[in-house]
Amino acid sequence: MIDTVIEIKNLSKSFGDMDVLKNVNLDLYSGENLVVLGKSGSGKSVLIKIMVGLLTQDSGSAIVLGQEVSQLKPKSLNELRLKIGFSFQASALYDSMTVRENLEFPLVRNVKNLGKVDKDKLVEEVLEGVGLIQTINQMPSELSGGQRKRIGIARTLILKPAIMLYDEPTAGLDPITCMDINNLINQVNDEYKTTSIIITHDLTCAKVTGDRMAVLLDGHFGNTGKFEEVFEHAVDGRVKSFYDYNFIEQ
Amino acid sequence: MAENLKGNEKVFSTRIDRFFVGLERAFKFLKKFFIEVWLPPYEFKEVIKQCYRIGYNSLPLISLTGFIVGIVFTNQSRPSLSEFGATSWLPALISIAVVRAMGPLVTALIAAGKVGSSIGAEIGSMKVTEQIDAMEVSATNPFKFLVVTRVLASTFMIPVLVLYTDFLALMGAFLNVNVNEKVSMNTFFVQVFDSISFLDISSSMLKSLVFGFTIGIVGCYKGYNSTKGTEGVGKAANSAVVMAMFLIFIEELLSLQIIIFLRQF
Repeated sequence: MIDTVIEIKNLSKSFGDMDVLKNVNLDLYSGENLVVLGKSGSGKSVLIKIMVGLLTQDSGSAIVLGQEVSQLKPKSLNELRLKIGFSFQASALYDSMTVRENLEFPLVRNVKNLGKVDKDKLVEEVLEGVGLIQTINQMPSELSGGQRKRIGIARTLILKPAIMLYDEPTAGLDPITCMDINNLINQVNDEYKTTSIIITHDLTCAKVTGDRMAVLLDGHFGNTGKFEEVFEHAVDGRVKSFYDYNFIEQ
Repeated sequence: MAENLKGNEKVFSTRIDRFFVGLERAFKFLKKFFIEVWLPPYEFKEVIKQCYRIGYNSLPLISLTGFIVGIVFTNQSRPSLSEFGATSWLPALISIAVVRAMGPLVTALIAAGKVGSSIGAEIGSMKVTEQIDAMEVSATNPFKFLVVTRVLASTFMIPVLVLYTDFLALMGAFLNVNVNEKVSMNTFFVQVFDSISFLDISSSMLKSLVFGFTIGIVGCYKGYNSTKGTEGVGKAANSAVVMAMFLIFIEELLSLQIIIFLRQF
């Protein structure tokens, strides 16, 4: 039997008069990489922010690892958050800290009785994993966009999460760096055995990293399934135009 | 005409609503600070780092301002006193003015501009770039790490800076008096300490603590509640300074009334 890691049931969220998510239903199964696609402003990021308790839904439920996120007390919510890695669209590295301090930040606050040697070892291990050990003493302002993304992912990996949520991992990057990030997502999935949700509107990223696609259209999940099922034989004009634009060269 | 009036009423009522909503939010923020400050984990390292940033980085500006205030105030006071042949009272007059009012007020206003704006801008930009959200999802309390530490550091450091400003202002005043009235340092400082009381120093320190708290909490509040975008960061920094200065003047007025009342006993 396949475990359901995240269960979204009849979830709605609006901002003022704007209904962003309307009775959304979604299941994420253990070990899979689910790609959520949609236009800018379609509510993709809102959805994953609800999953980690950064936003609260208006109605419906978001059950993560068997717990309804909006009902959790701060302590339990923090315990749940330790099992979830969140990679932000703009990396969200702490500007005033070096790469080492950025990686140590969640570690020293959440892992008790960790000696300096163990701490250094963990930081170096994760940085080597993302191929950026040489940046350990640099400030985030000295890094390129792709490096910042990698360090952002490394910071979430240091706590060895069970679920990874990637918010637009390839946004604003050149195609070669995009491929590096896509490979890193797959590498993380293999090495850390994570279950992931990848929010994107980059179909190459979706095709390379995703096991299953879910397209968010007008506040609902219109099409879900494998890449070929959703895009290559798309009937819905909105999905088709999405595909045509991304693969314009073909 | 009637429609215009209705429109104005609506704008007015929206502004009142916004004022009370803002007041409620500020009250909640303040309440959260007083709860979080007692609860572990304590971010001692970050408090010390912020003390260094607030204290040490403000020294050049505070030094210059304190020294100049001492010189200028002495120069401006001399003509009035000399009319009565009372220039020998200059050290007493200056020490009372500096210790009771000018030292704390000048330091607080400068710190509001320098420290308040930097706290507002820093926290505001962290909010805009999702750094605060990143702290939250890594199971760290951003309020404790960012707000509590900065408010504590500001509350501790402003009194220290006030003592330093007082000293430099008195040194500036001494230089001026020494050149014009040929008064020795010993005579000058004997007069200075004769004219100030324990109440003057303790009330000045207490007032400085309140000023420091105000600068820290206003800067953090404005930064933490800044709206998205770089424009919001600029606004947060600006309104942190304006609001802190406004509150400092109100607090100065209130503390003056309390001290006058205490002097009767």
